[in-house]
Amino acid sequence: MKLKGKVHKYGANVDTDAIIPARYLYMSEGAELAQHCMEDIDDGFIKKVKPGDIIMAETNFGCGSSREHAPLAIEAAGVSCVIARSFARIFFRNAINIGLPLLESEEAVANTETGDILEVDLATGEIRNNTRKKVFHAKPYPDFMAGLISAGGLIEYTKTRMANRRA
Amino acid sequence: MTLAEKILAAHAGKDKVSAGEFINARVDIILANDITAPIAIKEFRKLGVSKVFDPKKIVMVPDHFAPNKDIASAEQVKLMHDFCEEQGIPYFEIGQMGIEHVLLPEKGLVLPGDVVIGADSHTCTYGAVGAFATGMGSTDIAAAMATGDIWMKVPPTIKFVYHGALRKWVSGKDLILYTIGNIGVDGALYAAMEFTGEAIESLCMDSRFTMANMAIEAGAKAGIFRVDNKTQLYTKSRAKRPYLVYESDNGGSYANVIEYDVAKIEPQVALPSSPANARPVSEVANKNIRIDQVIIGSCTNGRLDDLKIAAAMLKGHKVHSGTRCIILPGSQQVYLDALLGGLIEIFIRAGAAVSTPTCGPCLGGHMGVLAADEVCISTTNRNFVGRMGSPKSQLYLASPATAAASAVMGRIASPDEIAAEGGVCR
Ligand code: SF4
Repeated sequence: MKLKGKVHKYGANVDTDAIIPARYLYMSEGAELAQHCMEDIDDGFIKKVKPGDIIMAETNFGCGSSREHAPLAIEAAGVSCVIARSFARIFFRNAINIGLPLLESEEAVANTETGDILEVDLATGEIRNNTRKKVFHAKPYPDFMAGLISAGGLIEYTKTRMANRRA
Repeated sequence: MTLAEKILAAHAGKDKVSAGEFINARVDIILANDITAPIAIKEFRKLGVSKVFDPKKIVMVPDHFAPNKDIASAEQVKLMHDFCEEQGIPYFEIGQMGIEHVLLPEKGLVLPGDVVIGADSHTCTYGAVGAFATGMGSTDIAAAMATGDIWMKVPPTIKFVYHGALRKWVSGKDLILYTIGNIGVDGALYAAMEFTGEAIESLCMDSRFTMANMAIEAGAKAGIFRVDNKTQLYTKSRAKRPYLVYESDNGGSYANVIEYDVAKIEPQVALPSSPANARPVSEVANKNIRIDQVIIGSCTNGRLDDLKIAAAMLKGHKVHSGTRCIILPGSQQVYLDALLGGLIEIFIRAGAAVSTPTCGPCLGGHMGVLAADEVCISTTNRNFVGRMGSPKSQLYLASPATAAASAVMGRIASPDEIAAEGGVCR
């Protein structure tokens, strides 16, 4: 799948309270959560983000709580993928499980700024910065995770496993 | 193999596992709360199965916004409660509940050698009893509720060795804040932290829970302690099923070994807005930082020994005028023990407010939310921007001793500034 969008870049250790503040966790629908996505560190994010846009960050993106509300809010805000130098562990699982693509690339983060237009090929991991005319490559997923993603996320993967168990 | 690897190998049906390997691990306990269960239940329904794999191995606790703070949170709790009734899953009603990570060990639901997964990042708390426990998201929990197992990548283990004797008011909270300050909020990313050394052996169980609790604040997948006599004493009377004790092999297979001399560590305060901003209390106390609120409680420091230390500080003193001090016992049992031990009276006489168990202010939910420009010192585990309320509020993290001393002084203060009997539990 190919993605294309404008970059919104943040620093290191963007935590889950920054992505979706805990005071909104009485909601669990993506569309409602998206209204408050990033608001404590980038008030107005939801107004400027366009479908397909890309969130970029330095290291340890998504640290903090296990709330799946975080990737749900990002996805429902229309963000097509998140690119960072590294991700927090639980956020990484959650995003893969619900089908929000994450890419790890040191070079893409080092050579991209807010407002740049990126094209991302999820199949090859190629990240093309159209603004700066540069091409980068994301770290490939381990085989197991690639399988999980191609199965369509954890729920689909589990359905197949359970069907096989019964068979 | 390390302790973590041994537990995972046993739960994956393998003789040996090593860091980086993907496994399917059988789980002993699955946890969800009023925030994460609603999504987990929704995803579970999509699987097309009618029954969870084993209702006795699942626990759901209403603690975050409970007792329900508004209609929306009441709906979430009701959805979870209904699901528990439908499936026969143990549910802890208000009046019997506690903050999940205080409650589960206390009830003997999590035991040494277990693999525990919870839709809550602080599930890592149970490493204090020698379990491999880790937080995940709601979808992971949904899948595990159906199958009874979960995919995992075996983490590398980093060994932390704490040498020497602890100073008077230094507790597990200070050690873990110091450690996170030293290695950073991603210093143990994806890894298991194994806490060892004579200073660790000297710590009481409640201080160990505090340390394991905050492993996630260094990015870790789990924090884990060797099972010793103190652990056995704690778990034996509570366990209602058999459990196995594992030990790291001599030498182990550690990714890294980090050593500290605790004699050099004084009580720590983490400045806004990261748990890694840890500084010695003497340095912070010098800055005359006025505080509006003090919170003593949470899954980090809401246990009996934490309240005992707070009471030692507050006894015979008053909370400073203009400062509010809110104390939240972590469970009904902690509340009862504090009551019987005379702690609650000390708190009330000192002018502190005592709440029913809840996460409440820890995540800016209710019972002590901050206004813009307000300053709070709290025994909780996260001081991210907006965590306890307004994104313009300022949150400092510390131990119960430091928080209670600060309540008396009305500014961030060192425990040494208060004439108090006792010291930290060992
Ligand atoms: S007390 Fe705070 S950190 Fe602990 S489970 Fe509750 S909200 Fe999470």
